[in-house]
Amino acid sequence: MNYNDRLSGNEAIAFAMKQIDPDVMAAFPITPSTEIPQYFAQYVANGEVNTEYVPVESEHSSMSACIGAQAAGARAVTATSSAGLALMYEMMYVASSSRLPITLACVNRALTGPININNDHSDSMGIRDAGWIQIYAENNQEAYDNFLQAMPIGEHPDVRLPVMICQDGFITSHALENITLLDTESVKAFVGEYNPENYLLKKENPLAIGPYDLGCHYMEHKIQQAESMKFAKERILEVAAEFEKISGRKYGLFEEYQMEDAEVALVLIGSSAGTAKAAVEELREQGVKAGLIKIRVFRPFPAEEIAEALKNVKAVAIMDKAESFSAQGGPLFAEVRSALYDLESRPKAVGYVYGLGGRDITPQHFQGVYGRLLDIAKGGDLGPVYTHLGQRG
Amino acid sequence: MKLSARDINENSTWQEMTLGGEIYEPATSKLVNTGAWRTNTPVLDVAKCRHCLMCVPYCPDSSLPVLYGRLVGVDYYHCKGCGICAEVCSFGAITMKEGGEV
Amino acid sequence: MKKQGLVEFRWHGRGGQGAKTACLLLADAAFAAGKYVQGFPEYGPERMGAPITAYNRISDTRCSVHCNIEEPDYVVVVDETLLESVDVTRGLQAEGAVIINTPKAPGEIRRKLRGWKGRVCTIDARKISEETLGKNFPNSPMLSAAVKVSGVLEEAQFMSDMEESFSHKFANKPQVVAGNMDALRRSWQEVQE
Repeated sequence: MNYNDRLSGNEAIAFAMKQIDPDVMAAFPITPSTEIPQYFAQYVANGEVNTEYVPVESEHSSMSACIGAQAAGARAVTATSSAGLALMYEMMYVASSSRLPITLACVNRALTGPININNDHSDSMGIRDAGWIQIYAENNQEAYDNFLQAMPIGEHPDVRLPVMICQDGFITSHALENITLLDTESVKAFVGEYNPENYLLKKENPLAIGPYDLGCHYMEHKIQQAESMKFAKERILEVAAEFEKISGRKYGLFEEYQMEDAEVALVLIGSSAGTAKAAVEELREQGVKAGLIKIRVFRPFPAEEIAEALKNVKAVAIMDKAESFSAQGGPLFAEVRSALYDLESRPKAVGYVYGLGGRDITPQHFQGVYGRLLDIAKGGDLGPVYTHLGQRG
Repeated sequence: MKLSARDINENSTWQEMTLGGEIYEPATSKLVNTGAWRTNTPVLDVAKCRHCLMCVPYCPDSSLPVLYGRLVGVDYYHCKGCGICAEVCSFGAITMKEGGEV
Repeated sequence: MKKQGLVEFRWHGRGGQGAKTACLLLADAAFAAGKYVQGFPEYGPERMGAPITAYNRISDTRCSVHCNIEEPDYVVVVDETLLESVDVTRGLQAEGAVIINTPKAPGEIRRKLRGWKGRVCTIDARKISEETLGKNFPNSPMLSAAVKVSGVLEEAQFMSDMEESFSHKFANKPQVVAGNMDALRRSWQEVQE
């Protein structure tokens, strides 16, 4: 049963956690994700969940506690942002290589420095190669829905990978918006119990995890992770199909908005995609064939599917909310442009880095990008492929 | 997947290995004769030993077995011959002999 | 180009005064009336007394746009001292209105508005709050004034939804509910134009 409410993105995640009632939550507060452990601690204090809440002294410790708990056979969750995620870096690799399907709510915030509390994707993009599944949300609804899907994805025996559910700090984490929630019974039935085949507290079967790998074993274990990441794509779609049955809301690896006949398109991630949709609507009213692709799943990266979706587009702008200082564009640009390489005839592609440290982006900015794409589509000069948007000077 | 660590070696393919290198059976240290790495060997003089057991916690490889509160010898299957036991013994009961042979 | 049936508000306040809370209350009230809502703050230095901005979108359909509101229909100023340092009517739609917390009359405060030609409404939220709640919590009176001036919600339903919301919010201190309701009603009556 679905019912309507209004929640901020952080409230939505905390509420999803409450409905799931995980065995362990270990977290250290950091803006803008602080409210998630704050609300959840209230649920714990009120006896509304059975979760063991572990207040820790740092994010390195919160991830370590999650690793220990999940290895013991418990379902563990955490939440963090920015520098907190950066402090987890070492343990993020331990979690994924130990094949522990921990769920992390990442509320995206710029990495220092200069110090900044606002949104961009530099934190989760910085850790994109740690072997975690990464799923991004446009708004509170998607953050909630994605969080509910995380465990059925990550805990599948052929996946066994940790999952990061990302949303934009402040822009959606602190924005009160309408949301459709599932009743707790449906959530529990959908998410199910965590029943790993082997775990530390299983007394019939002693288990050691996290062994030292010599060179003769390390690469094989990395290939196992890589193979599971490939399979995860299929599992993500299976779980989305199951989720649609109970929610009526449809999810894929990415969302195609007005792409059927699009000649110019954007590829982007998160809340800005919603803002860009307003620009698409306006252009469509003027008869311009504009569309956009909103990435939902960044790890595993849906390369073939994106190439297929873009094959008839004449010009595409790939927009990163993170700098990678590669001197040739952000991480999404690198992935998407690489995905296009295998097409017989490729769209022209340009990359933008925008929205750093909370820099606001409006439909007018996107109008400008579409304007440039239309020029390129008509045979105009491609110009520099790596530029920034929304800055002064 | 129910692979035993004893069946996994440097010729195993990634498909033939446990996920994340998990080890599903206890006491796998019994599979590896680290005593073969030894180039010097501790020798216990039972007559001099007062069973203070100072050597036991210092041993990095748990190679000094204790039974009923008494040191009963050296586990040469695992001892790597580091010599710390000889260094910490206050009674000269452990001496290091050149070579790995017992 | 503006979406049909969309009303946008921008709130100006100082950290700790409750501008964000008022903004969230407006979203709550509009949600209760069946609207699609957004209520979100824009944080500056996150310190008591620092100027903060908060925004509302209230619409008949879901808003996908997630940027700040540059051209609001209504501006609510929770602290009149902000008029010295902040250009509160920047981008305000010509047919819109600015609602200011001040004991002054609209005509008197207008000269501080840097040439704004449109509607100016004032409400002495401090006085109402002190008389109904015994403390300076200007957000309830400001909310009521904003709803009345903008006409986004109908009076009777707004009042009954707020009563329910306050009863829920202040379940542990029910005595506060009546004071807040008085503040809303008085502000509805006393807002000047």
